[in-house]
Amino acid sequence: MIRKTGIGVSPGVAIAQVVVIDNEEFDIPERHVSVDHAQGEIDRLKEAIVVSQEEILDLQRRTVERIGTEAARIFDFHLGLLDDKVLFQKFNDTITSGNVTAEYAVATVLRAYAKEFLSMPQYLAERVKDVYDIEKRLLRNLTGQSRQSLSHLDRDVAVVAHDMTPSQTAGMDREHIKGIATDAGGATSHTAIVARALGIPAVVGLNDITAAATGGEMTIIIDGTRGQVIVDPDQDTLREFEQIARQQDEFVHSLDALRKLPAITKDGHEISLFGNIEFPEEVDTVMNKGGYGIGLYRTEFLFLGADTEPSEEDHYRAYCKVIKACGDKPVIIRTLDLGADKYTQSRARNPERNPFLGCRSIRFCLRNIPIFKRQIRAILRASVHGDVQMLFPLVTNLTELRQAKSLVRDVAEDLEEEGLAHRPDLPIGIMVEVPSAALQADAFAKEVDFFSIGTNDLVQYTLAVDRGNENVASLFTAAHPAVLRLIREVIRTGLQHEVPVSLCGEIAGDPTYTLLLLGLGLRRFSCTPSAIPEIKKVVRSITIQQSLEVARQVSRFDTDQEITNYLRTVTRKIIPEVFGD
Amino acid sequence: MAVVEQDVTIVNKYGLHARPAMQFVELANRYSCGIEVTKASLTVDAKSIMSVMRLAATKGTVLKITADGDDAHTAITSLAELVDSGFGET
Repeated sequence: MIRKTGIGVSPGVAIAQVVVIDNEEFDIPERHVSVDHAQGEIDRLKEAIVVSQEEILDLQRRTVERIGTEAARIFDFHLGLLDDKVLFQKFNDTITSGNVTAEYAVATVLRAYAKEFLSMPQYLAERVKDVYDIEKRLLRNLTGQSRQSLSHLDRDVAVVAHDMTPSQTAGMDREHIKGIATDAGGATSHTAIVARALGIPAVVGLNDITAAATGGEMTIIIDGTRGQVIVDPDQDTLREFEQIARQQDEFVHSLDALRKLPAITKDGHEISLFGNIEFPEEVDTVMNKGGYGIGLYRTEFLFLGADTEPSEEDHYRAYCKVIKACGDKPVIIRTLDLGADKYTQSRARNPERNPFLGCRSIRFCLRNIPIFKRQIRAILRASVHGDVQMLFPLVTNLTELRQAKSLVRDVAEDLEEEGLAHRPDLPIGIMVEVPSAALQADAFAKEVDFFSIGTNDLVQYTLAVDRGNENVASLFTAAHPAVLRLIREVIRTGLQHEVPVSLCGEIAGDPTYTLLLLGLGLRRFSCTPSAIPEIKKVVRSITIQQSLEVARQVSRFDTDQEITNYLRTVTRKIIPEVFGD
Repeated sequence: MAVVEQDVTIVNKYGLHARPAMQFVELANRYSCGIEVTKASLTVDAKSIMSVMRLAATKGTVLKITADGDDAHTAITSLAELVDSGFGET
């Protein structure tokens, strides 16, 4: 039994079998298996070899077609290595004599050969690349047996990884993935956001959980509420956590009663609670949790989930699915908000030194007009099926907004000429997530139909904190008085100009902030679907009068610690159940 | 049953690099007899590509091929021919 503490980013307890997704570049830890498991490791290796052979044959076939027979010859060597009985015997001996995992045997045996090759004459030494290639392929097929099947699992599992990429999370079988634990990441990392969105318990920032959980079948407990992970738990621990998991289910069921009730304060003010989604399938969760509509539909997954760029039809199909599932309820589609990732970086002429201050989001779109236009066309076409609104991310100046709006007009004209059904006048809003936009909210208010405050980026850009950097992650908080002042100004400006303001950052789903945000005048919240019932519970337990008093009190504090403490205390006093008391 | 031995000299420019080595190993695998190749003090299984690559046999290297089994004679003859032919390379 190994206990590890990390950052709990998505609450709840999960108990399931481990599946480790290994990073290809990763060092394989020496992991021992019991004597009677050695045969199992050898069988796994045999399977991985068969899969690898199939892959190489396929690769060889395609290379012959595309490049020619000569170029495809090197694969004979790869196939020869996989078919090499002496080599297999070495793997076999390493596994049985050391009682180690197949991964470890493959890595050590092949790396020893590679070393020998490196001391040979140049043209022979080059073959070391092929040895590494085979090593990677075998390791991927050993550890990746689970990765490949992450999209269609036949049993419940908990995923353990160094970090999860957007394409991995996009392909996840959400039915069977019960928990996530990663070495890297912080509270607002991609994995954290996805896990929360899907309501999967998750702990990140565990440093070396992959090493602890690699090799053999074992059970893992992931406690996302307390940020704890227990690998291979003993019977007592297992029973203890099964009890916690049962209680947690009961609490979730108790919130179910709120589903059909309106989000209305005790003194009769109606609040709009929307859900943030990334996948069309999540609309049902939002509705089941009692959400009113989709306040933020992130579209990045269309780009990250597939190997090829999404076509207009890919966009259109996904949007229609969401819109139809929402009926006449609003759906706010945010245009591509990528940057600092493989997708945009691979398209950049030079890698950016500071991608978060680089060509991301709307900037990327305005420099890649065909990609942007394709998405806008699909949104305008899909908008005839429901109440669709379009949201531009990371706008920092009015010129960007005007350029984007003029593109929308161009696209509408094109569609008109082509005789395709579309809605030319759909509401357009901006994300207020950089200080410049917040400070200039009055100017923006004259040219947009709505504002959506994105607190994650607003905090990052106001406090100069990279939320993924563990060394400074603790400085990342929306409770900083400067951040709250910006939020207050945007809400006030919106009210003045009759421009609706919603808030879609993490804090919209954090009950600690609900009273304060209501007190600042916010009436539209858009949060991760799983948080909707809790926020609704808070809303239904308080009066606007109380919230105004909280906001007044908060404005008197100068530090985020005082504010956080005060908000916790006052919320706990009014609604003790929210913090599990 | 007989043990057969023959010395061969690598004649092609780049010696036993990946492709010739694969040809050599594929040919060796067609025979049922056990076949070994020796370069100086290193003796390896001729049916294993990884082992044959370890020989790092460059042009001019003398290898001793040893075969032990029913078809040892034919095996040695055809393997020697392959090496002598320079694996179809220059």
